Amino acid sequence: MIRWSKGLAAGTAGLVLIVLLGIVAPWIWGDDATRLTGAAREGASAAQWLGTDALGRDVLARTLVATRLTLLMTAAATAVAGVLGVLLGTAVWVAGRRVREAGLRLIDVMVSYPAVILALVVAAILGAGRVAAVIGIGIAWTPAFARLTANLAASVAGRDFVATARLLGVPPHKLLTRHLLPNIAEPLLVLLSVAFAGTLTALSGLSFIGLGVQPPSYDWGALLNTGLEALYTNPAEALGPAVAITLTGVLAGFIGDGLAAGLDPRGAAAVRAARRRTKTAKPTPPPADALLVVDDLRVSLPDGTDLVAGVSFHVRPGEIVGVVGESGSGKSLTAMAVAQLLPDGLDVQAATLRLDDLDLLADAEPRRLATEIGVVYQDPSASFNPALRLGGQLTEVLRRHRGVGKAEARKRATDALDSVRVTRPAARLRQHPHELSGGMRQRAMIASALLTGPRLLVADEPTTALDVTVQAEVLALLREINERDGTAMLFISHDIGVIGTLCHRVLVMYGGRIVEELTAADLSAGRARHPYTRALLAATPRLDAADGEPLATIPGRPPAPDARPAGCPFAGRCTEELPDCATTPPPVAVFGADHRAACHALTTAASRGGDR
Amino acid sequence: MIGETAVGPKAPAARGRGLHPWAGFLLRRLAGLAVALAALVVVTFLMMQLIPGDPARALAGDTATGAQVEQLRHELGLDRPLTEQFTSYATGLLHGDLGQSFQTREPVAQVIGSRLPFTAELALLAIVLVLLLAVPLGMAVAIATRGGRRGRLDAAFTFVTGLVGATPEYVLGTLLVLVFAITLGVLPAAGAASVTALILPVAAIALPATCVLARIVRRETAGVLEQDYMRTARGRRLPPLRLYARHALPNLLTGTLTMGGLTLAGLLGGTVIVESVFNWPGLGSRVVQAILNRDYPVIQGTVLVLGVLATLLNMLVDLLLGLLDPRTLNGRNAP
Repeated sequence: MIRWSKGLAAGTAGLVLIVLLGIVAPWIWGDDATRLTGAAREGASAAQWLGTDALGRDVLARTLVATRLTLLMTAAATAVAGVLGVLLGTAVWVAGRRVREAGLRLIDVMVSYPAVILALVVAAILGAGRVAAVIGIGIAWTPAFARLTANLAASVAGRDFVATARLLGVPPHKLLTRHLLPNIAEPLLVLLSVAFAGTLTALSGLSFIGLGVQPPSYDWGALLNTGLEALYTNPAEALGPAVAITLTGVLAGFIGDGLAAGLDPRGAAAVRAARRRTKTAKPTPPPADALLVVDDLRVSLPDGTDLVAGVSFHVRPGEIVGVVGESGSGKSLTAMAVAQLLPDGLDVQAATLRLDDLDLLADAEPRRLATEIGVVYQDPSASFNPALRLGGQLTEVLRRHRGVGKAEARKRATDALDSVRVTRPAARLRQHPHELSGGMRQRAMIASALLTGPRLLVADEPTTALDVTVQAEVLALLREINERDGTAMLFISHDIGVIGTLCHRVLVMYGGRIVEELTAADLSAGRARHPYTRALLAATPRLDAADGEPLATIPGRPPAPDARPAGCPFAGRCTEELPDCATTPPPVAVFGADHRAACHALTTAASRGGDR
Repeated sequence: MIGETAVGPKAPAARGRGLHPWAGFLLRRLAGLAVALAALVVVTFLMMQLIPGDPARALAGDTATGAQVEQLRHELGLDRPLTEQFTSYATGLLHGDLGQSFQTREPVAQVIGSRLPFTAELALLAIVLVLLLAVPLGMAVAIATRGGRRGRLDAAFTFVTGLVGATPEYVLGTLLVLVFAITLGVLPAAGAASVTALILPVAAIALPATCVLARIVRRETAGVLEQDYMRTARGRRLPPLRLYARHALPNLLTGTLTMGGLTLAGLLGGTVIVESVFNWPGLGSRVVQAILNRDYPVIQGTVLVLGVLATLLNMLVDLLLGLLDPRTLNGRNAP
């Protein structure tokens, strides 16, 4: 479906007006355009708005009359390009694999030659004139259509619905009109408007240099040429055709841009406000030995929707704290808020957000942020810069923030790679990221995060993008680093099994809140209390499960951030839901020093003298 | 041990049969260049064969006798078999012999030798100017408007680049002459007599392409800024210049050159036409004259040289891509 943006509407309306003008102009102003007044090269006046040319003819009338020939030639050249291009592209696509590859390569090369040069060849063969110009420019634009057609055919023909339709016995002509054309029509329309603007410019250019329309016929390009000669006596003579060519080109461009923007999902990006950081009230005292303190952290969209809705926790030195939850629970945003790496446009508020004595709510010193917090990202293949060698990327923080020399920094990077068991560490520094396997890349990422000896390592789903065996190796590596160096870690994962084996303490997040906080020992011993945590555990595949026992799933999906219930976010999916759950925020039930859960059902049970 | 597979199957060392990735890349590019040049030679040769009617008759003029036409045909070698004509054309090229102008009897090689430097000067200056202007401009606007900020700047940039980018080089050239040469009288309107004479033609060729490329750069930059590796770089808390110049620039140039390479090659076409605006003594104005006079050897030679220039320009873009993004060394251009 075409989205009618302002530009698209303006371009279409303007071009329609110009086409109408092209139709009627020769009838209305045809006589004025050819009448010899004897007043040659007069300047602009009330009678002749753009003055007269060398033979005393009205320039404005000539410009208006030339619209028809210019548009006809442009349309003809665009049609030549479109028809030849679609035929060529289809032929290349229908041909065998070898012909296709050679053909596509040839089309690629042809696209890269300037249209004017091809037009010169055709003009040389056919002689200067309007036919040669139309054919030349038409042929010059053919490869662009051929390439688009071949690419579109390749992408559409490979899609499931085409295969399905073919299997269902839909006849070929219906397949074409019902399934293929609607899918390739819009990109073709975009190219048509781009080509229209391009052929208009090129054709007018050929006429301008004298190789297109020959006298006594004239189009805008030819008029511009005579206008250039008269530039000293009557500058307005050149302005008419100059404006006409540019305006028509711009309008066609509007149409192309408008259509393309409608096709491009990136064009619909929301407008965001700037990011701000503020303190909320009522800080609660954290444990005295806490390294990272997060109190009442909120991350919200500019419209006020909370993505993270008041999260409080702490990490002690040498402790691995895991955060687990489904996607959309706010766990990664929490981690990125701690690392000060949230995307633009999100609001961060908290009562406290600090790493030891480093206040993360104030504009913390870049050097301390870079060296005291190490970050391991989810996707190692996307998180290294593909264009830079590993050496530069790994040593950057040391050299920039610690003032370490190049040789020393490379030595330390080599040692760090060696310590996370990256093979041939010295040679790796000279390699680009794509030359490493996924597991090696994540090891290198961990080495990079540890190079400055950070006090906290934030690991945001560091094993999600890896194979299962590589996953186990990376987890073992993280545990080893924690035991060897005592590095504290905030470990984010959607996999409660992984969290349970690696971490000391676990935070279970749901709908932007922490619903349960417990030790890994309690978790593995089956002492989780919150219905959501228990549902997560039940949904984890187990090797010791009885044969034929179906894997439990949590019915429904997490609510969108702006549709969360006022009470417990899990209300609506919970099996133990009480009448208050959806409306009243759940109270926190405490089951021990490191174990609490926010749940109506648990506190009701406790107040009834339940199992605590 | 999965972790020990140091070099994956896709790594270049394994693909290039032991060749250094650059060696394989250059070999492929040179082979491509050779094919393209051979194709240009064939096309320019066939161009002459496709001319309808009889070139000798057309050249000799209406008053010539049959014997004179025959004589001319023989001089031009048009009476010999096609393969023989091609062989003599190709061997002539190898010796730098492109034939003689019908019109002035001047060797075509000499015509090109005297004209090419002027065209190359315009085109190269324009390319350098486009790259120097478009990349910083597009990046600056992308950075300033990221996340939907500064809506007015965004709108102004889109409008101005849309307008200037859609203005043909020769129209812009005419307007520049009107303003700077005629109205203000500060710059020469035509000719190549002084260094200042370069300013208007180069501006006319470079400005529209700058706008087109700046829009591409802006789009590519916006895409690159959203990438994970830019978050990694932000995590290193680098100063802005280093963050954008070192971490964003190489990546956005890859996409920019892949898409904008056409714009750069198109500058050559713009140059050919703009030469007519400024009476610039380059190949473009000469080929127009030759086409109007049916001076076939000059057309043939000029088109061949323009084609070679376009080929070299495309190759230059490929080489830049290889330098900027080593992944493109392994095969096709697109990453």
